[in-house]
Amino acid sequence: MEDTKISIQNLNLWFGKLKILNEINIEIPENKVTVILGPSGCGKTTLMRTMNRLVDLQGEARISGKIMLDGEDILNTKRDITLVRQKMGLLSQRPTTLPMSIFNNVAYGLRLKGIRGRKKLWPHVEKHLIEANLWDEVKDRLHDPASRLSIGQQQRLCLARGLAVNPEIILADEPTSALDPISAAVIENQFYKLKENYTIVLVTHIMRQARRIADNVVFMYLGDVIEQAPVDEFFNNPQHKMTREYLRGAFY
Amino acid sequence: MALCTNYKTRKLKDQLVSLWIRFMVLLVVALPLIIAFSLFYKSWLILGHSSLSELLFSSVWRPLAGKFGFFPFIISSVWVTFIGLMLTAPICLLSAIFLTYYGSRHLLRFMQPVIDILAGIPSVIYGVWGILVIVPAVGKYLAPMFGYESSGFSIMAGGIVLSVMLIPFVLNILIEIFRTVHHDLFDASLSLGATKWQTIKHVVLRKSFAGIVSAFGLGLSRAFGETIAVLMVVGNVVGVPENLFQPGYPLPALIANNYGEMLSIPMFDSALMFAALLLMVVVVVFNIISRRTIIYLESKH
Repeated sequence: MEDTKISIQNLNLWFGKLKILNEINIEIPENKVTVILGPSGCGKTTLMRTMNRLVDLQGEARISGKIMLDGEDILNTKRDITLVRQKMGLLSQRPTTLPMSIFNNVAYGLRLKGIRGRKKLWPHVEKHLIEANLWDEVKDRLHDPASRLSIGQQQRLCLARGLAVNPEIILADEPTSALDPISAAVIENQFYKLKENYTIVLVTHIMRQARRIADNVVFMYLGDVIEQAPVDEFFNNPQHKMTREYLRGAFY
Repeated sequence: MALCTNYKTRKLKDQLVSLWIRFMVLLVVALPLIIAFSLFYKSWLILGHSSLSELLFSSVWRPLAGKFGFFPFIISSVWVTFIGLMLTAPICLLSAIFLTYYGSRHLLRFMQPVIDILAGIPSVIYGVWGILVIVPAVGKYLAPMFGYESSGFSIMAGGIVLSVMLIPFVLNILIEIFRTVHHDLFDASLSLGATKWQTIKHVVLRKSFAGIVSAFGLGLSRAFGETIAVLMVVGNVVGVPENLFQPGYPLPALIANNYGEMLSIPMFDSALMFAALLLMVVVVVFNIISRRTIIYLESKH
């Protein structure tokens, strides 16, 4: 079998008195696309934000359980949390280009890692823009503000920026929901290629998207993991009643 | 029953009320225009008497001789405003950052009414506090520190009092502006390995730069027109101040101190109206530019 990259064990999370995540156990295999599927408000995004510890910023969050990344519990690590975060590239629903040039967007994470000077940065920036399938469109205007790009291009820029810090995992939170179909397809294809080198966790509520690119599917509902299975098994032979109803379109 | 009056009466009342409402709104819109027009009308006399450049740049203020040079007042206003803003800027910026990104939500919830109360304190109280605390402090400690002698009633005292008055005003706007920076953007920067402070420095401040400038623009237009508190501590001596520990005489203080007292001097009231017009133009222009920028920024989010 495949190696486990991230193992989430008995994870619970409360915001104040409200329980958002309930005894979550998920195995995320290396170099595969794991899709977390579920209706909105089921805790998918919170789960993802817990994985790279962005949830820390919300003061009232209380967490119990473990998230093991390469055998290290990142919820109780003594390491610098920014280093843990650099292991995971984040792609959010709407593109979040930083208020600077295209070049500097990609160079931002590199500079934080201590790579400085235009000459040293240049090859990295080019490499990752190519990797995100954006290079040809922007190579002549790298110093334009990133906000001038189309939304689809911006999302690919965010991907390039995330790849530039050399992560091992890509966390994507409905990365295509704000995009037109063509840009969405480009991003999906990119994920398909990127899984050779990266472990990809994709949150979505689009079933067809899950079917297209997932290797494994985790189905969540109201803070519980209902079912997790390889993609064919999940769609063709769902074990749980609730999964069957969701796939039938009985609820969203 | 009163509620069951016939249709015609009800309709008439409805129309009357809506007419009345419209008139009131119109009045609100027209008021600043009426004020501006009457100020302009009143200062027409002095504009015909002396050239605009003489009024703005001459330092000779001898009303009895018909010489009205506003330069000492303009420069005092500019200095007091500048010092006020310079002192208030770091305080507001850092506290706004702290309250938005570092402090707990409870702290912000506690601080917001505190800020509002500060903003609601009558300016004469700030003035009294200035006379009791700031003026002696400037005279005894601050001026000697820089090697000057000062009674304390000075441009510096005016600036310090003003900076305190500006804090709640500017702070509130800054907090609003930082809120418009989407938290996704914050997350994106953190996920790339930035610390909180790096994110604030490279992303938040850059993203909200225009907004921050406008917040201080609004502060400036407010500071420029602040009258009573500044008047009480600034000394009110006509002349171009040589250093910040000398007394000054800002435009609003000039108008407040003199209007209605020396109207027997020809041109004097027209000159004061010109000062008021000047004040209004500066304040309105800075206000409009800053507000437009903020509205534009907020519409983008």
